[in-house]
Amino acid sequence: MSTLELTGAAVKVGGRTLWSGVDLTVGAGEFVAVLGPNGVGKSTLIKVLLGLLPVDAGTVTVLGTSPGQTGHRIGYLPQRRSFDASLRIRGTDVVRLGLDGDRWGVPIPFTGRFTERGRQAGRRLREVIELVGATGYAHRPIGECSGGEQQRLLIAQALVRGPELLLLDEPLDSLDLPSQAASAALISRICRDQKVAVVMVAHDVNPILTHLDRVVYISAGGTACGTPAEVITSETLTRLYGTPIDVLTASDGRLVVVGQPDQHGGH
Amino acid sequence: MWDYPFMVNAFRAGAIVAVLAGVTGWFMVLRRQTFAGHSLSIVAFPGAAGATLIGVGAAYGYFGFCVGAAVVLALATRGRAGHRAQESALTGTVQAFALACGLLFVSLYKGFLDGTTALLFGTFLGITEGQVMVLGAVALTVLATLAVIGRPLLFATIDPDVATARGVPVRALSVVFLVLLGAAVAEAAQITGALLVFALLVVPAATAQRLTARPVPSLLLSVLIGWVVTWAGLAAAYYSSYPIGFYVTSFAFAGYLLAHLVRWVRP
Repeated sequence: MSTLELTGAAVKVGGRTLWSGVDLTVGAGEFVAVLGPNGVGKSTLIKVLLGLLPVDAGTVTVLGTSPGQTGHRIGYLPQRRSFDASLRIRGTDVVRLGLDGDRWGVPIPFTGRFTERGRQAGRRLREVIELVGATGYAHRPIGECSGGEQQRLLIAQALVRGPELLLLDEPLDSLDLPSQAASAALISRICRDQKVAVVMVAHDVNPILTHLDRVVYISAGGTACGTPAEVITSETLTRLYGTPIDVLTASDGRLVVVGQPDQHGGH
Repeated sequence: MWDYPFMVNAFRAGAIVAVLAGVTGWFMVLRRQTFAGHSLSIVAFPGAAGATLIGVGAAYGYFGFCVGAAVVLALATRGRAGHRAQESALTGTVQAFALACGLLFVSLYKGFLDGTTALLFGTFLGITEGQVMVLGAVALTVLATLAVIGRPLLFATIDPDVATARGVPVRALSVVFLVLLGAAVAEAAQITGALLVFALLVVPAATAQRLTARPVPSLLLSVLIGWVVTWAGLAAAYYSSYPIGFYVTSFAFAGYLLAHLVRWVRP
């Protein structure tokens, strides 16, 4: 069973068709990037997969069921600015909300250590925070953590219930270059080790290119899906963007995309 | 001081209000809704003045106007916490009109002018057994509701997008919380007056959040600070000739400064 299957999917927002004819299959544990210029409906695709928006045409199957029925089997990291610097809540509390924040009621103070459920929750939190390498700062107020540290904690939050699919909306945005590379490597490692399929919306393909199994390009000129080698070619991208784009091969064999319109503030 | 039933009632009422304001205020500060809280407290003034003018108890005016204004505010913003700019413009507009109405009611009711200070800056005189019962019943209702929605409310506060994706009714919670806040403001206004509501609603919560980033201890600390400050204020007002509003606010402020000092010395 594939984790994700879209056939001829189209979506309309406010009467305008954002994209159409998207065919995509994602297998378990695959790392897929959704690329394209700003405003083309990349985040909208994530919303469709979450069941927050209906498709206008075609079919969408997520984890063998229809979108919106998947609950905690999906981990979601929305596009965001960072947390307010004055927010006085620890990173571990933010991760904890991912575990049971949707449950009604309030925890009974100071009983966490004495109930089986509380101990289990504590173990799971430590495990997932260790997995993303955030143990050193998870106890600090999240507002005082750096952008990269906050991102790791949020990835932990998305992972805490052991999802089969991670939906990440521009997780590398607003990070500095070293943090971008580190986050990309972290997400790739989680994808391989935990067998979690990852669908990541990205603005810039370069930091994640080496990790990808498959890419989806969405643009006003149409969509293209396939392996990076198939899709990330000068011809395909030039056709999609309607402007000349070069794909260069670096000396170590990596592909580098040059001249994406939105990187120059265009579009 | 315990020989006077009115003092005993004042201490009972003070404790009830402090606990309610401590809990509700803690969420309000985290949600960055202090401006909305401020507006609700401004509305308390015409509410109480109007109720006195038509001859029903001021308490009915407090509850009627504050909860009513909270409902209006919630419906007008449709629970969208994201639209803060619009919310603040609307709240400001409501505020100005409310103060003007209060002024009209006070001038219509000529003999009432003495009580204006009490309405604006608080009093602890003449609290009846019946009022204590009403305060207690309303506080219990609000706290019981918060006990049910507490954890999802925190989730929706810290991380609205992820909470929505997890099926938490973020907007409905926002509406419910605003109504609860209205009730809490109405209670606090009866002790501190309409203008000094923040002494119990904001300062204890802000102090507690300053001291710890752990949610449960921080919430309990907020209640404790509010309670201590209120009782100390009552005692000080009883033994001196200065008004209670001054004492409660000053003690709360002193605690806030102390908390900052503590964090500064031992960050």
